[in-house]
Amino acid sequence: MINKECSSIDEAVGTIGSGASIMIGGFGTAGMPDDLVDGLIRRDVTNLTIISNNAGNGETGVAALIKAGRVSKIICSFPRQADSHHFDSAWRAGTIELELVPQGNLAARIDAAGSGLGGIFTPTGFGTSLAEGKEVRRIDGKDYVLEMPIRADFALIKAYRGDRWGNLVYRKTARNFGPIMAMAACCTIAQVEEVVPLGVLDPENVVTPGIFVNRVVTTGSMQAGGAPQ
Amino acid sequence: MTRLDRTAMACRVAQDIPEGAYVNLGIGLPTRVADFLPADREIFLHSENGLLGMGPSPAPGEEDSDLINAGKQPVTLLTGGCFFHHADSFAMMRGGHIDICVLGAFQVARNGDLANWHTGEAGAIPAVGGAMDLAVGARQTFVMMELFTRSGESKLVDRCSYPLTGLACVSRVYTDHGVFELHDDAAHVTELVSGLSLQELRARVGLELVDAR
Repeated sequence: MINKECSSIDEAVGTIGSGASIMIGGFGTAGMPDDLVDGLIRRDVTNLTIISNNAGNGETGVAALIKAGRVSKIICSFPRQADSHHFDSAWRAGTIELELVPQGNLAARIDAAGSGLGGIFTPTGFGTSLAEGKEVRRIDGKDYVLEMPIRADFALIKAYRGDRWGNLVYRKTARNFGPIMAMAACCTIAQVEEVVPLGVLDPENVVTPGIFVNRVVTTGSMQAGGAPQ
Repeated sequence: MTRLDRTAMACRVAQDIPEGAYVNLGIGLPTRVADFLPADREIFLHSENGLLGMGPSPAPGEEDSDLINAGKQPVTLLTGGCFFHHADSFAMMRGGHIDICVLGAFQVARNGDLANWHTGEAGAIPAVGGAMDLAVGARQTFVMMELFTRSGESKLVDRCSYPLTGLACVSRVYTDHGVFELHDDAAHVTELVSGLSLQELRARVGLELVDAR
């Protein structure tokens, strides 16, 4: 019998080692898999490359990981925010490398990796400093920049419900990067509010098919209507 | 001369959003446009973090941390609204499905170049978010900004000195002094606030402005 459900957060993140590249879902705190990140912090791993939309908000999730000194590089679209003080400090101290990627290119590059594409030609960023040194091509009279896929060793995502085969549904705008990050990592780990029996999730409404998910773990602290603060 | 305040600017932009339009309002000043959309028009607000049919702020106590806008503020979903992931959300922009985006700006050049993501200052932490995708992806990119900086420099310029967000992407600029259409490498004035002459505006902006009123 296939059962992707892990009995604990620590078990779910138990194979992540130092130097790993890790996609972490979430847009701000919506969809941020805080419990998995906390589990990662409990492991004594360092020199991580993080791919996430933001460079942490407040004290939880990616912010806590940066505060703990575990991140050597972050690939993101919007690091600078009112509550990104842990990233700001690390960046000013020169202890973290930043690769800034326009948000849609970040999504498209992750999607490309998960879809097996060798790269994408995107109009976003053409003629700007973020496209410097990159191959460009004019297609049907419009200019495009070649952007490469972004893959990762692991993806940590948060979904609403899952089953033992790894099928997932999300909640509202917490979906954000979850479905595409799930496709682009060698090992995708989903924290869900509830693991339900096979067949409970409406097959017409499964958002992430289980083929993209390796491990599912329940987080008791999550409640409908609000992520843990 | 009576300059428009930010509320009046938001109100002015809102008048030009037609029935049935799919619209993305950038964070900051453009977000206010939502409050003035005419009630008799059905307009679809898109938020790049993954929703269409965005509604107003929730009542106090009704906030849901899983339901936020691109500015990470709590919002609501209108009946008929829907959620989707980031690749779909940005496909809506790049694929030309969003009719109008309204963005703030540091500078707009007369040829439509936009600078709104980075001042380029040494030591400033850059952050781009979805600005570049919106600028080149939406069918029409409107800018909404005060025309002059606090020190009195025009933000409508010959060539942007700040790092660019997108090339030749802005078609219309709404300001506290008037409205400009950008085409044929020139700024065309379509509206001026009362008490301001075109001659006076030309002198302050320092650009040839075509009278299109």
